[in-house]
Amino acid sequence: MTEIKDNKIIGKTTGKEYFVTIGLEIHAEMNTETKMFCRCKNDPFNSQPNTHICPVCTGQPGALPYVNKQACKNVMTVGVALGSDLADFSEFDRKNYFYPDIPKAYQISQYQYPLVSNGELSGVGIERIHMEEDTATSTHKASYSLVDYNRSSVPLMELVTMPVIHDAGTAMKFAKELQLLLRTLGVSGASLEKGEMRIEANISISTNGYFDGDFSKLGTKTEVKNLNSFKIVGQAIDFEVARHLAILEGETEGQIVQETRGWDENKQATFSQRTKESADDYRYFPDPDIPKYKFSDLPEFSKDELAKDLPELPWDKRERYGNQYGIKSEDIEFYLQNPTFGDIFDSASAELNSTDEYKKLSNYISSDMAGLEKGGEAGTLDNMKGKEVAEMVKMIVASELSSRGAKDMLLEMYKNGGTAGNIAESKGLIQKSDPEELKKTILEIVEANKAQADAYKAGEEKLLQYFVGQGMKATQGSANPGVLAQIFKEVLKS
Amino acid sequence: MTSIELKTLSIKKAHDALKAGEYTVRELVDAYLAEVESSNGDINAFLHLFTDIDERVELAQQMFTDGTATELTGIPMGLKAIIAKKGQVTNASSKILENYKATYSATVVERLEAVGVIFLGSTNTDEFAMGGTTENSAFGVTKNPTDTSRVAGGSSGGSIAAVAANMCLAALGTDTGGSIREPASFCGVLGFKGTYGAVSRYGAYPMGSSFDQVSPTAKYAADAELVQRVMRGADEYDMTCLPSNTWESKVNKDKYNIAIPSSLVDGSSDEVKEVFNKFVQELKEAGHTIEEVEIPILDTVLAIYYVLIFAEVSSNTARYDGMRYGLKAEGSDLWDEYKKTRGKGFGDEVKRRIMLGTYVLSAGYAGKYYEKALDLREQLKVELKEMFKQYDFILTPTAPVVAPKIGVMAGDPLTEYLMDIFTVTANTAGIPAISMPTGNTPGGLPVGAQLMAAWENDDALLDIAKKLGK
Repeated sequence: MTEIKDNKIIGKTTGKEYFVTIGLEIHAEMNTETKMFCRCKNDPFNSQPNTHICPVCTGQPGALPYVNKQACKNVMTVGVALGSDLADFSEFDRKNYFYPDIPKAYQISQYQYPLVSNGELSGVGIERIHMEEDTATSTHKASYSLVDYNRSSVPLMELVTMPVIHDAGTAMKFAKELQLLLRTLGVSGASLEKGEMRIEANISISTNGYFDGDFSKLGTKTEVKNLNSFKIVGQAIDFEVARHLAILEGETEGQIVQETRGWDENKQATFSQRTKESADDYRYFPDPDIPKYKFSDLPEFSKDELAKDLPELPWDKRERYGNQYGIKSEDIEFYLQNPTFGDIFDSASAELNSTDEYKKLSNYISSDMAGLEKGGEAGTLDNMKGKEVAEMVKMIVASELSSRGAKDMLLEMYKNGGTAGNIAESKGLIQKSDPEELKKTILEIVEANKAQADAYKAGEEKLLQYFVGQGMKATQGSANPGVLAQIFKEVLKS
Repeated sequence: MTSIELKTLSIKKAHDALKAGEYTVRELVDAYLAEVESSNGDINAFLHLFTDIDERVELAQQMFTDGTATELTGIPMGLKAIIAKKGQVTNASSKILENYKATYSATVVERLEAVGVIFLGSTNTDEFAMGGTTENSAFGVTKNPTDTSRVAGGSSGGSIAAVAANMCLAALGTDTGGSIREPASFCGVLGFKGTYGAVSRYGAYPMGSSFDQVSPTAKYAADAELVQRVMRGADEYDMTCLPSNTWESKVNKDKYNIAIPSSLVDGSSDEVKEVFNKFVQELKEAGHTIEEVEIPILDTVLAIYYVLIFAEVSSNTARYDGMRYGLKAEGSDLWDEYKKTRGKGFGDEVKRRIMLGTYVLSAGYAGKYYEKALDLREQLKVELKEMFKQYDFILTPTAPVVAPKIGVMAGDPLTEYLMDIFTVTANTAGIPAISMPTGNTPGGLPVGAQLMAAWENDDALLDIAKKLGK
């Protein structure tokens, strides 16, 4: 249908140049103890419906909002991590509209003065991040609907990117990186499946070039909502780009209208949900129930203060793992996504000091240890003490432990804990490499296998493997096979 | 049963008598309930009585026995139907909440009940406090006890009339643009509105959230002061509440400097001016300094006030949609249900304000109306700040007219809005104001005078009222 050239799409039918523009709006629920504007527990997923509710979050007459400071700090911490500008002046606004899931008939949000502006993530410019409250959850039945207000007024951040993304891959990468950041900062569970993180993509195609500050340059946009996996984000964007192009190229009938579209997983296609004849009129105005903020008067919200609690950020961690340890980038991403394993790597690597050791360590953690966790063995990663895992790696490097032995040791640690030394001893995992001690055993084996010894001597050299096997058996796997082979060779020569 | 002289009873006198055992809390409450029984049918001050009076009476009496009683213990009060009391019907005089029982108590109710106040019942108001006559109540007008052919005023007309007609010792109203002061003026009692944020609004159904103040009414300044002092102070449920130590540093004066915005006052009716001028004379004789001034921006305050009020009303009333509580009219779909519920549930004045407020906030019009009004509101504050550098108080009549006859204002909202000309300034700027009775017209109708003070100078207003023997 089309070809991509110099980052532009060339229409196959008309030969026109097309410029794809994508902007993302991402909502994330903040995992604070309590809700955004009341003291109800923030626990929308694990409770009986309508158990964490009060006059405020059910919109009883006369109830007033009370701002959750921690939620604001969370959003501003995200801003600090992204190198954004934190607001000095900020206020909350009412976004007015009717729906049963919005009990006050307005959502408290931020319009003109978001907490956070600018910044960058994954090479994508950020316009703003603001603080608002989530809606209740509706369940629609055939003849009635149910509303659960447990989620009503849960703190929600909304991040809006600049319209500077041009392909689905970049959009997916951005969203994944944001999820990783939110989890690293510990401010949100950020699960797409649970709806803790919700992605909307705005897609438009222009023939006038890319966004340069002039919105009128952009084509008519469609907004795709309810994309509950990264894969679907990519699929929906690709589908919309193709749909727009086909219309622009005159390959299909119709026209592009500004509208909200959903994703039909069965049809693998977007579908129209709501047409916006014109912009919705939410009649935003500053919420008179909430005083305005001047953050320079509130030191606890300062960039310096918030930066103090920042953990190591994903991009810093990547650089550190890459430079300091030279481990594989797959392993690095694995640690970023699975911080428990990352922590084990961190504490174990502190006891080691060669690239060879780091790489071995990382292999065992990312494959064997991860396998144990996945395999459903009864055990826990809590038993994996970094120092002992490091001890194990040292034994491997010193040829005292075979790879088979290492696997057994990890399993034992996972199940029952313990030190590497004790496990090696009690399970007999130490490789025997003392030639004198091994020689006795080997002589016994040769004595017992005269026929094979003679055959070997007669030139059947592959029988060496047989003898090594016998040696391993006799030492219950604790011998170093290389050392065994060496001694067998010497003994059989004589 | 002991006969208690209710007409001149003050909270102080009642407290002393209760403490001395001259009568019991039960007897005091019964004396007031007897008045309700005999007068309320005609006056319509109370919409209904609360169901927990008996247990509250016992608790209050127990406080006297325990020695934990304070001045307000056992004092019977009225509660405007817009202030939530848990488990009691609190319907804002609206059909849309006709049988709605509040699920929690307002902060002011909790604070007053904690010291043993006994709320007798829910008092009438213009629907959601929108009006100045109580004729916008869905449950009938409250009549003026002085002349029952006239309105008590509003919106807190039920609370004011209940006090004026000896049905309770004091009452709570709300004051958004004069809703406690204007009816106080019409009925010859005292109404006090604190600085915006002095008293928690949590549990007071909002009309204009940036204007509303829960406010006391009583016959005497000292009584209003007792109530106000228990109510005010920071509240962890209202972020707009001022810190509790706001009032500590304020010092009262012996003599005050008072400004009268003459040309504005000139717009009052002759009978009002006559009583007002006598009051000015009284102030001068008491040694206070009076100067005539011009404050041109006051001419624009009504416009600022109503634009902003409409805007806030349109948003504040949107939650009454029949989904979770209150009236619900069946419809063919969600939108039809909203329309039918709100169409049936709200009265004309509420609908008028919702429509106007929606309009002034709409894209394309917000800049012309809402935002312009916000700018002017800031300008008003600046000019008043200047004014209060020279003067302690600004003095006007409370209302330009005496209580109108019932029915006169119906269908004439603009004239009704004009009655607020003197009172809306205090709410628009957020400053404290008091209305005190100053005497009657030759025809026997009460006229009140209003004093406004600078932000946080609430106590000075109560001080001068007490000095004047109010």
